[in-house]
Amino acid sequence: MSASTESGDGTDGATASDERIGRRLLTERVSSLWLTGAGYFAIALFVLIVLTLVYQSLPLLSEYSVVQMLTSSNWSPQQNEFGFLPAIVGTIYVTILSMLMGAPIAILAAIYIAEFAEGRTKTIVSSFIDVLAAIPSVIFGLVALIVVVPLVGDYIAPAVGSGATGLGIFTVSLVMAIVVTPFIISLSVESLEALPDELRETSLGVGATQWETIRIVLLRAAGPGIFSAILLGFGRVFGATIVPAMLIGGQTQIPDSLFATGQTLPTLIVNDFGELMSVPIRQSALIFVGLALVIVVWLFNFGAMLLRKRLQQRWQYQ
Amino acid sequence: MDRHARQRLFGYLARGAAALVVAVMVLVVAVTIYRGGRVFITDPAIMITPPGSRYMLEGDGGFLHAVLGSIFIVGPATVVSMTLAVSTAIYLQSDYSSERFSDAVNMFLNVLWATPPIVYGVFVLTIIIAVGARTSLFFGIVAIAIFQYPIMTRYTDEALRSAPDAVKEATYGLGATRFETALMTVRAALPGVIAGVIMGFARGIGDAATVLFTSGRSTNMPAGPFEPATTLPVLIFDQAMSFNAEVRSHAYAAAFVLIVVVLGLIVVSKLLAGRYARYTPGGRHS
Repeated sequence: MSASTESGDGTDGATASDERIGRRLLTERVSSLWLTGAGYFAIALFVLIVLTLVYQSLPLLSEYSVVQMLTSSNWSPQQNEFGFLPAIVGTIYVTILSMLMGAPIAILAAIYIAEFAEGRTKTIVSSFIDVLAAIPSVIFGLVALIVVVPLVGDYIAPAVGSGATGLGIFTVSLVMAIVVTPFIISLSVESLEALPDELRETSLGVGATQWETIRIVLLRAAGPGIFSAILLGFGRVFGATIVPAMLIGGQTQIPDSLFATGQTLPTLIVNDFGELMSVPIRQSALIFVGLALVIVVWLFNFGAMLLRKRLQQRWQYQ
Repeated sequence: MDRHARQRLFGYLARGAAALVVAVMVLVVAVTIYRGGRVFITDPAIMITPPGSRYMLEGDGGFLHAVLGSIFIVGPATVVSMTLAVSTAIYLQSDYSSERFSDAVNMFLNVLWATPPIVYGVFVLTIIIAVGARTSLFFGIVAIAIFQYPIMTRYTDEALRSAPDAVKEATYGLGATRFETALMTVRAALPGVIAGVIMGFARGIGDAATVLFTSGRSTNMPAGPFEPATTLPVLIFDQAMSFNAEVRSHAYAAAFVLIVVVLGLIVVSKLLAGRYARYTPGGRHS
């Protein structure tokens, strides 16, 4: 600096560097504003979605009582009858059934990947599962139409003495079990792999078999993560739209068997939205379905988070 | 059963479960490729023939309009979403926000990530009604961008988190501003960030529920930002429910294109993530 001042062009150099610093500080200030905005965007979006859905549901909520709508089984928007019970029952059936089918397999597969598989096999199996996770659900629906639907309609349903076309609650549950499995697997693998190796070493060191180690030590230690994975999986199935819309058969009735056709909350929106948009109260009814979906899925989510925290405190292994 | 027999039994069960999942994945991909590929071989023109006005009934014409619709909707949506996602991730990772605020935002991001896509569709549709517009390409972009945002932010956040601390320390040490440091951190984590963007893109291009009511179910070529358009998943969804067997077979051809694109994107993002892991100290060792 002092050398350049002596050589005569010092003032120019000083202003140039001042300018440069000024520009850098300006960039810093502007970018800081933008980034702060982006930081708040997630919260803003969340709030906006809730407010919009609530606001749009108000016309319906001001005219009908929530309890009555949730317990009535008469859904015929053309006559302004909004009973959500059939769709609620359908959604609950599908959610529980697909988790019963999917979760045990997912957890066993996660145990295989985290504890049994090694080296190349492990890489290959887990990338296969990543691929499964990324396949669009519309393709699952499409493949199910020619693989699962005839299978259920021609073999499984008659075997349990139920005449059915193959479209219905059971088919949707089976396919949703497949859709949600990779999701549960990768979360469970994550929590199993996060466990310190000392746990395994200690348990194996006192003479436990590998399975005993897994069952008694590892599943307990990774339990919070696995439970929350299952709960998040519940949320996934609950809000699934495209697969149920393609495979459930779309009749708004309370399903009398697992092979009956039915309706879930999201398919209610898909099947009716096009025609109902013109009448405000019917539109409001479908937006209310959206609101209900969001609330339940978010409850699952917060539940998963709380459960995880609580269990982590209780099942400490350190 | 003694404990060693049980050990063997559960070993087999775990292997069986993993084999089952892999088999299902192979089945889904194989059926799509076989059925879709067959349509392509018998009728290669299906890809480029413009659809007729009654093609849903008569099966004339292909699905080029949906391919273009997908590109015009998911492309811009990814750019918008990526800009926001990278900015949010930088804000959460660098020295702009407190840890408590980061945790709070992460919680909201997780919740948004789990929100069913159909809800985004309904949300954007209510906006469309509120402003008195009609379903169009533009609102499809908005809906997909919202859908991709939490996914991309999560991946980007993770990539930035695993960038070496030394980058940050060195740049601050040289007198850089927060923004300059953030740029260097993004650069250090670039392959991971790009892999995250690709994953978001793949999810966006495969989703039907968000665009079902927001971009419309047009059977014409996309004509402009405020004209209706359709995407591949929506087309597959509609065609699969058709009563016309020929139209249904076209759904498989479209599914073939979709699955090839998605698989390609996953391979690219895996390659990038693999390269990334090699350059990160303490990165994945598989």
